[in-house]
Amino acid sequence: MTNETPVLEARDIVKELGKGAGKVMALKGVSLKLVPGELTLLMGPSGSGKTTLLSILGCILSPTSGEVRLAGHSTTGLGPEQLAELRRQHIGFIFQSYNLFPTLNAVENVRIALDVLGQKGYPAAARAEEVLREVGLGHRLQNFPSNLSGGEQQRVAVARAIAASPSIVLADEPTAALDSENGHAVMALLARIAKEQNRSVLAVTHDPRTLGYADRVVRIEDGKIVGEERRPEGVNSPEITDLTKKRRKANA
Amino acid sequence: MILTLAFRNLFHDRIRLAVTLVGILFSIVLVAVQLGLYLGSSRMITNMIEKTNSDLWITTFGAKSFEEGGILLTSGQRHQALATPGVKAVIPMVSAFAEWRKPGGGSTRVAVVGIDAEDGGLEPWNLIEGTWDDIRAPDAIAVDRSYLGDLGIQGVGDTAQIALGRVRVRALTEGIRSFTQSPYVFTPLQRARNLLNMDGEKGDKSTFFLVQLEPGANLETVRTALQARLEGTDVLTKAEFRDRSLAQWLFKTGAGIALIGGALLGILVGTVIVAQTLYSSTKDHINEFATLRALGSSGSYIHKVILAQAGLSAVIGYSLGMIIALLILYLSRNSPLPLVMTPGLAFSLFALTLFMCAISAVSAIMKVTKIDPATVFSR
Ligand SMILES: Nc1ncnc2c1ncn2[C@@H]1O[C@H](COP(=O)(O)OP(=O)(O)O)[C@@H](O)[C@H]1O
Ligand SMILES: [Mg+2]
Repeated sequence: MTNETPVLEARDIVKELGKGAGKVMALKGVSLKLVPGELTLLMGPSGSGKTTLLSILGCILSPTSGEVRLAGHSTTGLGPEQLAELRRQHIGFIFQSYNLFPTLNAVENVRIALDVLGQKGYPAAARAEEVLREVGLGHRLQNFPSNLSGGEQQRVAVARAIAASPSIVLADEPTAALDSENGHAVMALLARIAKEQNRSVLAVTHDPRTLGYADRVVRIEDGKIVGEERRPEGVNSPEITDLTKKRRKANA
Repeated sequence: MILTLAFRNLFHDRIRLAVTLVGILFSIVLVAVQLGLYLGSSRMITNMIEKTNSDLWITTFGAKSFEEGGILLTSGQRHQALATPGVKAVIPMVSAFAEWRKPGGGSTRVAVVGIDAEDGGLEPWNLIEGTWDDIRAPDAIAVDRSYLGDLGIQGVGDTAQIALGRVRVRALTEGIRSFTQSPYVFTPLQRARNLLNMDGEKGDKSTFFLVQLEPGANLETVRTALQARLEGTDVLTKAEFRDRSLAQWLFKTGAGIALIGGALLGILVGTVIVAQTLYSSTKDHINEFATLRALGSSGSYIHKVILAQAGLSAVIGYSLGMIIALLILYLSRNSPLPLVMTPGLAFSLFALTLFMCAISAVSAIMKVTKIDPATVFSR
């Protein structure tokens, strides 16, 4: 898996934010590759540059220097409309505060992401319902965000992120606003999306509960990558580990 | 989805929607009333000219309008006109303001129109009582029913005095109203001359000659020939004389300017209100627009959402505005100056509403153009 060609690659990213006296060097030379089929966690203390890196990887911010390559193409020098085009073709986003449209119901919230891509009409509606069922919200299709729990809202957001089948899913603190149970559910969902749908998923977090779901953990501090751990081959994520334990017990 | 989102954003804040709609409605009603009055006035001013059966008008030089032509054209000039090649008929007509003395005392100003129906220049129309024949009696006149009160009379059979002559109402018309608010009094040519001609010197003079052409005669050729023969006159087409009357009453008097100014003011106020509400709605939904942008929507997609909001407001506001405008129109039907609505005006108002809303969207669009999608993470 590690030698697969990356779908998203950042090289020597430097990012300065703010102006004048308030100028901050949020990233100080970061390189990172994302490959399909993996859930990568980006962990680090608050203010370490996680969100900034995610924004740059997601083609929302442009780096001060360094290069981002998406699907084999450099994004350097592209204008806002071209970057938007790359985002809608390749990337799904999940946000800490869900960022759902309060005036649209669950299906419509997913449909709008497809609409932006030019997918309209019945097929889009059917696809929206399909992904909502996939994330376990088949019984909440017509609910508005105000009538959904936080966990349900985040699952709508996950459905919205994957509806157009992007090769990359980027999530900024997806579990931070959720209780433990819902946090685990969303992480399990992200792990499944990476595995079963062979996508690259990168989740920013400082929530240790999420560790068990990761194929790979990248640590960032003060704008620099300070470490990277990879789950040894053969070791499974927690729910699978639980299952294996149960099976062993049963066999014993 | 663009329409869905626009619709939901619009109906999300009912109070703001109400303000938007009131703004558009106010605009539409104001503009409809002003332009309706303008159209109504124009029709009233040109009605008499439109009804005549003539190809050219001969007026004294510089005659300002139908009511202010002077009584100066001579029978000699009429014969010169008749002798011009291509001319079939030259019908004399008298038109002038005069003083009407009410039978019960007091007086008012009227516009006396003298013409002989049998000449075929101005056929009687909208007669509701009496016939044109009845008006040929020595002291007979026809007036519009709507002015009976102003004239201080009850109806057919009543008498009054114009200048020094006694007149008797023999026929009534309906809906022939005068923009000058001086009621028209119809009477045969010679009778009008007598009424208006106190010292006898204008016994055979006229205010206008209505010229009818031989079939196949060229209008411009005849006009040039007439103009060359008749010194001190203007030879005008029907359209030219109509425009001259309009210019006189609507623009030289300032009435038309006031009406058009009122309409422009309506447009301005409406635009400002809609721009304001659309801008604040966009500001309220700015996070959603930023999310859309982060999800990769193009700039134009977001602009379409805002324009759709503007367009929806326009359609709803226009519909409500038109209902009220038509109601006012209906209520004004018997007033001295009834409003007029035509399909063309209704369509123009709709186009105007759309235009107004599109202009209003500009500030909101400028606002979203500056959205930084990076703000989606900092909430
Ligand atoms: N718009 C900005 N202007 C100036 N400094 C900023 C801005 N956004 C973030 N920063 C600073 O950049 C650093 C990294 O921020 P961020 O990427 O949001 O960190 P994290 O997501 O890891 O908490 C922080 O020191 C933060 O204060
Ligand atoms: Mg952050």
